[in-house]
Amino acid sequence: MKKKNTILLSTPYGLWMLGFTIIPLLMVVGYGLTSRSDGSFTLDNIRLIASPENRRALWLSVRLSLLSTLFCLLIAYPLAMVLRNMKFKSNSLLVMLFIMPMWINSLLRIVAWQNILERKGVLNTLLQFLHLPAVNIINSPAAIVLGMVYDFLPFMILPLYNTLVKIDENVINAAHDLGAGNFHTFTRIIFPLSIPGVISGITMVFVPSLTTFVISDILGGSKVLLIGNVIEQQFQKLANWHSGSGLSLVLMLFVLLSMALVAKYDKGEGSANVW
Amino acid sequence: MVKLKRFGQKLYLALVILFLYAPIFVLVGLSFNSSKSRSKWGGFTTKWYRSMFSNDTILAALRDTLIIALLSALFATLLGTVAAIGINRMKKLPRAMMLGVTNIPMLNAEIVTGISLMLLFLALKLELGFWTVLLSHTSFNVPYVILSVLPKLKQTNRSTYEAALDLGAKPLRAFFAVVLPDIFPGVLSGFLLAFTLSLDDFIITHFTRGNSVSTLSTLIYSETRKGIKPEMYALSTLLFVSVLVLLIFINRAGAKQEKKRLQQNAA
Repeated sequence: MKKKNTILLSTPYGLWMLGFTIIPLLMVVGYGLTSRSDGSFTLDNIRLIASPENRRALWLSVRLSLLSTLFCLLIAYPLAMVLRNMKFKSNSLLVMLFIMPMWINSLLRIVAWQNILERKGVLNTLLQFLHLPAVNIINSPAAIVLGMVYDFLPFMILPLYNTLVKIDENVINAAHDLGAGNFHTFTRIIFPLSIPGVISGITMVFVPSLTTFVISDILGGSKVLLIGNVIEQQFQKLANWHSGSGLSLVLMLFVLLSMALVAKYDKGEGSANVW
Repeated sequence: MVKLKRFGQKLYLALVILFLYAPIFVLVGLSFNSSKSRSKWGGFTTKWYRSMFSNDTILAALRDTLIIALLSALFATLLGTVAAIGINRMKKLPRAMMLGVTNIPMLNAEIVTGISLMLLFLALKLELGFWTVLLSHTSFNVPYVILSVLPKLKQTNRSTYEAALDLGAKPLRAFFAVVLPDIFPGVLSGFLLAFTLSLDDFIITHFTRGNSVSTLSTLIYSETRKGIKPEMYALSTLLFVSVLVLLIFINRAGAKQEKKRLQQNAA
C-alpha cells in the first residue's frame, strides 16, 4: 500500500473525533455564550460563577483537589521508588495489582468508604477495640479528600512508576561515584528525570478531583457542594443548559491549563506513558 | 540496616495495597451480611447470592453494562487500530495534530465530555438511551486504543511488511500475516483497557443515558440515597472473583508459554 493510502486510514477516526469530540465541545461553548431566553450573545452564564454560592463551590473544589493531588503525590512517589527498587520481571503483574480494584465499580467502592468512615463504621469499631479515639470525618470535606485520593491514586502511581523505572541505573551509580549522597542524587538526578511522570500524574488526579460530583455526593452527604455538583444540578435538576455550559467553560479553563502543562513536558506519545 | 530498609519498603507497599483493597473487603463482607442494613452485622448468609438471580433490575443492568462494554471496546479497537496505522505513517505536524485531538477526551473533565455529548445527541434529536451510551463509550475509548497500539507499531519492522508485498501478498493479507501479530499485544491491551473503562464509567453514562437504559453504575448511583440492595454486593463480589480467577489463569498460561519459549531457545 502506498504511504498516502495508509495515511488515509486515519480518516474515519478523524471524522469521528470531529463529530464526537470537537463539535460537541463547540456546542458547550455555544450554549455557554448565549442567553437562554433569546439565544443572543451574553457573558451572563459565565458570570454566574461569581455568585457567592458558586464562588464558594469553585474555591472549595480547587482547595480539595489541590489537597488530594498533593496527598496522591506524597503517597505515590515513595511507593513508585519502592516498586522501582523491587525490579519486577514484568510490569503486567504490577499494573494488574493497581488496576484490579477498578473491576469493582468505583461508585460501590466509594459507598464502601461510607461504611468504613461512618460514626459506628468499620474504622471506628477497630479504633474502639484498640482503645484509640474515634474519627468523625464522614460528611465533611476531609472524607471527600480521602475519597478523591482513594479513587485517583492509581493514576498517580502508574505514570510515576513508568518514568522512574526507565531511569538508567548507571546514571544513578555515576552520581554516587562522583560523590553525591542519597539526598543529592535524588534532588539532582532522580527527581528532575521523573518530572514528566509527575506532571502527567498531577493532571490525571487534579482534573477528575476538581470536577467530580460523585465523591462529594456520596461522602459529603449532600452537605458539601463542589463545582461539579453545581453543574450537574444545572443540567439534570434545572435543565438549564446555558448556565450549566457557562459554568463548564470555567472548568474547561482549568483543563486547558493542565493540557498545556502536559504538552510542555510531554515530548513522546501523548499520555501513553500512563499505562 | 539494609534488612530494616527492605522491611520498611515492603510494609509501605502493603499499607498502600491495604488502602486500595480495604473497601473491596468491606463489600465482600457485606455480601454475606444477613442484615439488610449495611451498618449492622446480622450474621452470615448466602441468600443474596441466590436472590440476585431473580432480581430483574440488577440482571438487566448487568446485561446492558456488559453489552455496552463489549461492543464499545470492539468498535473502539477497530477504529483505533486502523487509525493508529494511518497516524504512524504521518509526518510530524499532522501527526502532532492528531495526537493532540486524541488527548482531548483523555484529559478533559468527564463531566464536560458527558455534557457535550448530551448536547450533541439532543441537537441531533437522537433519543437518549442504549445507542447514545454506546456511541459515547466508543468515543472515549478510542484514544486509549490508539495510544496502546502506536508504540507497538513504532517497534515493528517495516521491511517485513514490504517483503511480504514483494513476495506477492496483497496489502490486506500482508497486514494480517505480518503486521497484526507484531502489534497484537498492543491491540489486546487497548481492548482490555477500553472494556474496563467502559465497565466502570459513571459520569458520561449519567448524562447520555436518558431514562431508558441503566448500567450497574447508574443503578448504584440511584440507590445510594435509599440504600444499596445487598444483591449488588453479591454481584460485585462474584464479578471480582471471576476476573481474579481469569487473570491468574491468563498469567499462568503466559508464564508457561514464556517457559516453553525459553526452553526452545536453549535447545
